[in-house]
Amino acid sequence: MSEPILATRNLRKNFGALAATDDVSIDLRAGEIHAIIGPNGAGKSTLIAQICGGLRPDSGSVHLLGRDVTQDSTQGRAQAGLGRTFQISALAMEDSVLENVVLGALGASGNPWRFWSRALSDTSLTSKAEAALERIGLIEHRHTRCAELSHGQRRQLEVAVALTLTPKAFVMDEPMAGLGAEGSKLLTAFLDKLRAEAPILLVEHDMDAVFALADRISVLVYGQVIASGTVEEIKSSRAVREAYLGEEA
Amino acid sequence: MIPERLVNWIVFAGLLAVPLWAIVVDEPFTITLVTRAVILAIAAVGLNIALGIGGLVSLGHAVFFGIGGYAMGILAYHAQTYTSLDLLGMSLAGTKSMPIIWLVAVVMSALAAWIIGLLSLRTSGVYFIMITLAFGQMFYYFAISWSTYGGEDGLSIYVRNGFPGLNTLVPIQFFGLCFVLLCIVLFLNARLQNAPFGLALNAARQVPTRVETVGLNPMRLKLVAFVISGAVTGLAGALFADLNRFVSPTMFSWQLSGELIVLIIIGGVGRLYGPVVGACLFLALEHWLGALTEFWHVYLGLILLAIVLFARGGIIGLLTGKEGAHV
Repeated sequence: MSEPILATRNLRKNFGALAATDDVSIDLRAGEIHAIIGPNGAGKSTLIAQICGGLRPDSGSVHLLGRDVTQDSTQGRAQAGLGRTFQISALAMEDSVLENVVLGALGASGNPWRFWSRALSDTSLTSKAEAALERIGLIEHRHTRCAELSHGQRRQLEVAVALTLTPKAFVMDEPMAGLGAEGSKLLTAFLDKLRAEAPILLVEHDMDAVFALADRISVLVYGQVIASGTVEEIKSSRAVREAYLGEEA
Repeated sequence: MIPERLVNWIVFAGLLAVPLWAIVVDEPFTITLVTRAVILAIAAVGLNIALGIGGLVSLGHAVFFGIGGYAMGILAYHAQTYTSLDLLGMSLAGTKSMPIIWLVAVVMSALAAWIIGLLSLRTSGVYFIMITLAFGQMFYYFAISWSTYGGEDGLSIYVRNGFPGLNTLVPIQFFGLCFVLLCIVLFLNARLQNAPFGLALNAARQVPTRVETVGLNPMRLKLVAFVISGAVTGLAGALFADLNRFVSPTMFSWQLSGELIVLIIIGGVGRLYGPVVGACLFLALEHWLGALTEFWHVYLGLILLAIVLFARGGIIGLLTGKEGAHV
């Protein structure tokens, strides 16, 4: 078995008496999409925050490319190769689409301390940014202000910004949220190909997308991973049906 | 609606035309008034880098204005009294040379901004406003009790400091000097705003979490912006002291910090020429309305109220038809 690209080991996080993350150990291996599903309040966002650096776990560790990054800041983990998209779009709304992606390219370059040259004339930044927009299908909107984008386009832009980082692993928090059927289908097809470049840890509510994409699924309930396995295994798991897929299953 | 570029050119031309006209009709006071506007504009351009692009509402920018002022005052005081300035065991001579004074003003205020920023940037929102205000008050009371340099009475400098090749006592020449500095500062501001640093800082104001997730440190970006901002305001302080040939603790007062914010809001937050428009309007009101009534601040307040309620983009936003602070 190859070394996982991204891994958590016995992560724990309590909020008072509530165990939001309870001994979670998950792996993300090269070339795969590992989906995390779970009912609302299962602790998915808390888990993501600990993986990406927004929250410190009470105990346990996070490993990226075999290195312990538990004590690293968010920006340290980003530099180490973690590309994240947000559940609620975190974009500079006043800026153009291109400027948002150029920010990603600038982050990847690691040097924002340039006070003289024009950012949008710097081809090392813009070529990377435009390539990402091209791939995600937003290139014709590059001069549109982010605030004027549709909800779906903002979701696409989220992914485009992550692309500019050429990360070693993606962590995507509900990228399909609020997308229409058509948008979902397009993004599903896109992520399907993207896993070859870098594996994706995918938190998603859209079960069609999850079942279509995931190589493995982990089910999170009350902060615990109650089941982990292939799509078929999860679909047929009694525990999962009871806990999550609900009465109708 | 007028394009922003045109508005900028009109303001620029106006600033240049009024003093030239004042020479023709021989009204040196008008030149001094416009010089004051130019200097205040430099100070506000400095603040606008932190406030407009970085979103740092500093109610302590008078600290840097005052440091610039005292840099000039102290150096010139030692020069005019032929005494030496003893600092950290070194015995330094004072100076009446503007370039050296400016350099000292810029370096000292940048240093102060770095220390204040390092502490203040741990907070945000109203706490940031309060902590910068607290620093301002600390410097204010320190200056009041600093009897070596005049304490509450301040320091008078009898002859304006010199600049190679110019007679700075001639109002129009001193105006020219300040105007050129304003142009340089505006040009640097424009470059910075469009540079990678400006792009990242602008994003750090809007969505710090995004900036972190692309691997950049929003705090460090803001700190650097605060230092640049303080340095520019410090330069303005040195010029202001030279204009009045006088420094006093009022240069550190929180009213001045507040005025700088007001100037920017009136002109247009985050607009390149916002602080310039604000400073001109402020001094025009002070001059014309102040001549009619000593309660002219009431009218200033009304204008500020109207702008905050109905024209968030300030005067420039109003003229260019762009509502938001940034477009």
